[in-house]
Amino acid sequence: MRMSKVVRTAADILFPFVLIFGFYIVVHGHLTPGGGFQGGAVIATAIVLLIAAYGYDAIARRITKDALRNTEALGLIAFIATALVALALGAGFFYNWLAGTGLLFGMPVGFGPNPGDLNTGGTIPLMNLAVGIEVLGALSLIVLYMLSGTQEAA
Amino acid sequence: MIGDFVIQHAPALLIAVPMLAAFATPLVGRLGGAARNAWVLAAMAATSVIGVMLAYDVYTTGTLIYTFGAAAPDAAVPMDSGGIPVRIIFTVDAMSAFMVIITAISGFAVLLYSMASESRASGRDGFYALYLLLIVGILGMVCTGDLFNFFVFLEIASLAGAALVAFRIDKGVAVEAGLKYAVISTIGGLFILFAIALLYGQYDALNIAVIASRMQFTVLDEIALVLLLSALAMKAGAVPMHFWTPDAYSMAPSSITALLVVASQASLYGVFRVVFTLYSVTLDYAVIGWIVIVLGVLSMFVGVTMALVQKDVKRLMAYHAVSQTGYMLLGLGVGLAVLGQPAALESFGLVAMEGGIFHIINHAMYKGLLFLTAGAIIYRTGARSLDKLGGLGHSMKWTMVFFIIGALAIAGVPPFNGFASKLLIYESVFLFNPILSIIAMVVSILTLASFVKVFHAIFMGPRQPEYAEVEEAPVPMLIGMGVLAAVVIAFGFAPQLVVDAIVAPAAAALANQGSYIAAVLGGV
Repeated sequence: MRMSKVVRTAADILFPFVLIFGFYIVVHGHLTPGGGFQGGAVIATAIVLLIAAYGYDAIARRITKDALRNTEALGLIAFIATALVALALGAGFFYNWLAGTGLLFGMPVGFGPNPGDLNTGGTIPLMNLAVGIEVLGALSLIVLYMLSGTQEAA
Repeated sequence: MIGDFVIQHAPALLIAVPMLAAFATPLVGRLGGAARNAWVLAAMAATSVIGVMLAYDVYTTGTLIYTFGAAAPDAAVPMDSGGIPVRIIFTVDAMSAFMVIITAISGFAVLLYSMASESRASGRDGFYALYLLLIVGILGMVCTGDLFNFFVFLEIASLAGAALVAFRIDKGVAVEAGLKYAVISTIGGLFILFAIALLYGQYDALNIAVIASRMQFTVLDEIALVLLLSALAMKAGAVPMHFWTPDAYSMAPSSITALLVVASQASLYGVFRVVFTLYSVTLDYAVIGWIVIVLGVLSMFVGVTMALVQKDVKRLMAYHAVSQTGYMLLGLGVGLAVLGQPAALESFGLVAMEGGIFHIINHAMYKGLLFLTAGAIIYRTGARSLDKLGGLGHSMKWTMVFFIIGALAIAGVPPFNGFASKLLIYESVFLFNPILSIIAMVVSILTLASFVKVFHAIFMGPRQPEYAEVEEAPVPMLIGMGVLAAVVIAFGFAPQLVVDAIVAPAAAALANQGSYIAAVLGGV
């Protein structure tokens, strides 16, 4: 069921901003309130917004349950793989092998009060990203399943 | 080389392997059912092997700790933390290792069985992913040395368990049972979370060893103890909080029921960990010991009397599971009641604890076996009422043999394993209080009577016309049952070996709080 043109245009304009806001919450998880779960949930609401504007059928054709299921599994595997890399490097499971190495997210944390540097945290931002991907897939999947049940009545 | 690596990281791999496999199962499922089954079986086999290696290591070298996120896993207390183990630590002592062995054996045997028993169901990718997550939950609960982490794994096990109970929607009946299980588990989980908050607020720590070493037993601690005990006893299915077990156990697929028994034992492990390790010396042993004993006797008696009148074969077995849990509580309760008296502990307390702990593994094996035979019967006939079944001894001979083994074991008839552990309990509890021992024996006799009835109703009599087409259960189901039956018989023939090798160290580990604390904090 499509909503009016006003609603659809508003959804079109809002959609990228919701995505960017969600992504912001995910990658700043180690600096500000939020993180993978919260950011992933925000991104999933972007999909809910599209469904509200364009109707279940139009969106479910573009974003399939299979794709979302893959996204979910991929996020989960990325999460645990990040933890497993530590084992390969000879440290304990979940060891933060990126922190302080100077690589991606690997800058040392500044001493004392500071505004926070995105390029710190080691594996924590990576795991936030993985959780973000997982939650985005899983929550969208739940929404799709809930709405597919109500389709016949609509 | 690879063996050393596995040994060094065994506690982490024990969780990581099934978790990774569970997450990948939906993707592997795309390759087809055979690939998925092979993947899941391989993952479970690897988990079981790691579990047994870990247990062997713990039994030979003593309590093992594993610090997550540390550069060196055995460094529990970081240099700059002021002597507080801030990280999540797995503390695997002999008791934990014992529970890991149970999970390793049952998990693998039941998975093999489910390959055939669930072959007609749809949505098996999800089924096996949840199965592996349930294994993760159980293994995490019994290995962790961190209270909050215990709660997390308890929730993983509860959620996976609830979803699996509801797996066969069954016109909504199974979903109702699953929902009930989920609600009960959530209430229990909230109790535990609240208790953890009470302890954390007072002692600034979540590590069991740290809290145990600082325990003051204030009024708040008493409240936390009540919350922990009642929630965990509820999850373990002890009377009077047993009401969820018949529904959940009977509506779940039989393979899952056999695993839920192990999950309940993990909660029982939580009860013992709380009273023996977390509180231990601060408790009034006699009072708490008698509370556990009364819980146990109530469970034994109410469970078996409720079982006698059941007509549904799985409901009946579920009530027997409640009843058998009572034996474990009785044995450990007697041990707890005399923990402060070295002479009594030496003469019968430790033996009672050994009996109770031995009964945990025996129960997981024969009760799992019985649920699996019930599942095979339901799989072949589609009927579960004792009034309808009959004459199956003609066509399902192996299933009948396995049922006899399980039934005699649960009734405590020699030479099966149930007799071995029950004898330990009878003898030691008799020295503590003869009446308790007599109640335990009466319950065993009632159990035997109940299973004679079930055996007669299902297998005896002439071949029934409506079951003329019934065949023996498929081979994977028979192998799954055979593994458990072999363990039942082996433990029954050589109980002393088993007690000396794995049960006595577990009992000693529970009784000795100091060594648990020292393993984490060092010194002492």
